[in-house]
Amino acid sequence: MVIDETKMTSLAEATSREDVAGRSLWADARRRFFRNKAAIFGLGLLIFVVSFALFGNLLAAWNNSDIDYNVMGDATASAPSLANGHYFGADDLGRDLFARTVQGTQISLLVGVIGTLIAVSVGTVYGAISGYFGGRVDGFMMRLVDILLAIPYMFVLILLLVMYGRSIGMLFVGVGLISWLEMARIVRGQTLTLKNREYVEAARAIGVPAPTIIRRHILPNLVGVVVVFATLLVPLMILTESFISFLGLGVQEPQTSLGALISEGAGTMSYGTLWQLAFPLFFFVITLFGFYFVGDGLRDALDPKER
Amino acid sequence: MALLDVKDLNVRFETPEGEIHAVNGVSFALEKGEALGIVGESGSGKSQLSFSILGLLAANGKASGSVEFEGREILNLSERELNKIRADRIAMVFQDPMTALNPYMRISDQMAEVLMLHKGLSKRDAVAEAAHMLDLVKIPDAKNRVRLFPHEFSGGMRQRVMIAMALLCKPDVLIADEPTTALDVTVQAQIMDLLGELRRELGMATVLITHDLGVVAGFCERAIVMYGGQVMEQSPVDPLFANPTHPYTRGLLGALPRLDAGNAMTPIRGNPPNMTGAPKGCPFCPRCDFAEEICAQDMPALTQFSEGRARACHRSIETIEEAAA
Amino acid sequence: MIVYILKRLAIAIPTLLTLIIASFVLMHVAPGGPFTAERAVPPEVLANLNAKYGLDQPLWRQIATYLWNVVAHFDFGPSFTYKDRSVNDIIAQGFPVTLTYGFLSFITAVLVGVSLGVTAAIKRNSWLDYLAVGISIGAQVLPNFVMAPILVLIFTLSLHWLPGGGWSFDDPRFWIMPVIALSTSYMASIARITRSSMLETLSSNHIRTARAKGLPKRKIILRHALKPALLPVISYLGPAFVSMITGSVIVDVYFTTGGIGKSFVDSALNRDYAVMMGITILLGTLTILFNLVVDIIYGWIDPKIRY
Repeated sequence: MVIDETKMTSLAEATSREDVAGRSLWADARRRFFRNKAAIFGLGLLIFVVSFALFGNLLAAWNNSDIDYNVMGDATASAPSLANGHYFGADDLGRDLFARTVQGTQISLLVGVIGTLIAVSVGTVYGAISGYFGGRVDGFMMRLVDILLAIPYMFVLILLLVMYGRSIGMLFVGVGLISWLEMARIVRGQTLTLKNREYVEAARAIGVPAPTIIRRHILPNLVGVVVVFATLLVPLMILTESFISFLGLGVQEPQTSLGALISEGAGTMSYGTLWQLAFPLFFFVITLFGFYFVGDGLRDALDPKER
Repeated sequence: MALLDVKDLNVRFETPEGEIHAVNGVSFALEKGEALGIVGESGSGKSQLSFSILGLLAANGKASGSVEFEGREILNLSERELNKIRADRIAMVFQDPMTALNPYMRISDQMAEVLMLHKGLSKRDAVAEAAHMLDLVKIPDAKNRVRLFPHEFSGGMRQRVMIAMALLCKPDVLIADEPTTALDVTVQAQIMDLLGELRRELGMATVLITHDLGVVAGFCERAIVMYGGQVMEQSPVDPLFANPTHPYTRGLLGALPRLDAGNAMTPIRGNPPNMTGAPKGCPFCPRCDFAEEICAQDMPALTQFSEGRARACHRSIETIEEAAA
Repeated sequence: MIVYILKRLAIAIPTLLTLIIASFVLMHVAPGGPFTAERAVPPEVLANLNAKYGLDQPLWRQIATYLWNVVAHFDFGPSFTYKDRSVNDIIAQGFPVTLTYGFLSFITAVLVGVSLGVTAAIKRNSWLDYLAVGISIGAQVLPNFVMAPILVLIFTLSLHWLPGGGWSFDDPRFWIMPVIALSTSYMASIARITRSSMLETLSSNHIRTARAKGLPKRKIILRHALKPALLPVISYLGPAFVSMITGSVIVDVYFTTGGIGKSFVDSALNRDYAVMMGITILLGTLTILFNLVVDIIYGWIDPKIRY
């Protein structure tokens, strides 16, 4: 579950070759993407999950924090049922699992997307600066990345969460700040190549300032890599968040996430309340599948190499 | 009986974009000790033609027709049987010496395995023989350098290694696929001289595949001009250059820079053809100055018009020569 | 080769120091000391405690002492929560367990993953290939914290074959579920990477040369294709190792194996900084050493890197 760096590098090369005119690259990619059955399937899954997160509450018969004393603590009564409005059943505290799953999906998606945005922006800017300036700056910045990559970040993240409080904001930042390293590496490599292109050299020769060159000439060429990387990063972020929440160190009650729900379900499944595990797990799995399929599809569409 | 007899050879590739017809009905014969040039632009199917002879096509490629070696059909032979011929009887030199050698193995190991496999030599003898062969292709200090890795050689030196490797078993046929394309111009000449020398010494028949007419003129006795996977013209080298009878050959010659003629070189207009789907009509038709309606409908047959010369064109030789005058 | 190893060492040592110092500083600036968490402690007792644990010293001094103790004596100091136990005791108790199933999982993931990937690539588009691809896609969404409850559900709750938790060095039945839970997703990733890089290698020019030499297929794969095809796998081993170490936390918590992962989570919940730091540094060191080994293997395979 790590993004394959060789494939990303190959993609980076494919999307910034000089003979590939910008417009036809994207038009071709769109055509290829929509011919890819797995990618379309993934897109369908994502649309379903996102609509569930956005509009699920409109269907819910219960509020996610309300306790239904009729079913609380009763393994048989809390089973999924259309009659009492607990479509996915209830948890062992008598809360409606449908509403809880909607909320968990919302939070997991949010952590995934915001964490990814942080990781991608930090990584892109860092990588572009390192690659553009090259030389000693580059050497130092990349050495730092090497060092940080060798640190078991999950432990540091847990350390941070324990020390600075387990807020959702901390989770966003923490999850985002540990994943920008690979992005930085790829962007840096790409920038090094782009920097030596004639139009960039020309821009430098007439005195265009570095930030403008990076913004105008380097970043637009990175769009393909960044988009693919981001799509593949979201599920990793969701995994990280779920991991921490599974340990009880992430999102705190009354808020919940898919990881926390899976943890609760796994804890109670020996009482026969399997739905408490099954429904959150289902949404967890299809969310991950959706992002993987779309991400892979995007990459293959932009870098159509026989594999 | 010709040493290598190719008849109606077709090569096709299955791709998601459709079937690619890379080679369409090519026939030629190679005599013992002869040097034959196969000329064409990139994408004319000449490399795939050479791969198909030794069964080296990519997994999605299929060859049909007939290739006879010493009278025995070798096209689509089982891997086991082909392996006895490869390198031992028919050897290949590939286009890009930078990637054709295994970057993770010492040259000695790469060369020795050929001799150990086909000649049953011990590792020790095989390495000694490999060093001797490197000596023959004029690599200085061959005894020590045989132990190096490919990346420790320059491009020209690597191509020499490639050639030495192909000649280890003294094959009857050497197929050289663009042996000099990836190299500097000065190195190109050295490599071609070396190949010519070795060919005369070892008396092997050679198929030289190239896009460079100049190389063919200096090296080959006979040449085949290919376009869009089909043979356009076939002729001994001298008359081919003196009076090309096919519009495409004329175009190729016109695109060649010359010192003696005062006029500028004229490129062939348009782009190489799209090879997807079955061919219809002459592949050169869209770029041909002499094209008529029939050219877009039917592929002209390759017909002999004088001793050893054949052409595939609907227009007569006279029409084309008139236009030149 | 020696120069190459020395160069790698020159990166490893500062990495380790950075890790130790950074986690120490982080911990120091964290709001709330270790003794302010639960009950109110009288100020004089607090001062006493701070003096006992050296917390009244200036920061640089604390760092220096800590560094010296760690580097020279492998001594991580006393636990902040358990008055009678040192961090070393806690680590010594759990580490052998973690090491045992961690090692087994790693070996399983690599061996099964590589064989699956190579077979899939050689028998491309056969049922074996589809099976391998199917497994590796499916396992992407089955991280350890999802695998663990599913395994327990199947093998303990339904089939009653394996114990649902606990650990014994003498009884392999206790090892099976931890190893499967921990290795599955990495096995899948390794299979995917191996398959795609093997396919790419098999279509490369030097393999065509090897075929033109008349070598039998088995020799081509073993002598010519395996090495280059494994390079991406080897560079994946570093990140996989880190992430497996992280995953051991889940295994320790879910299967109550008694490894150091459980100690880490407990100390996180108790704000026992000394134990958290000890474990983080230990695992960080392990990671760094492992990366060193990976780099050396890489250099051994790829002659271009060695010189």
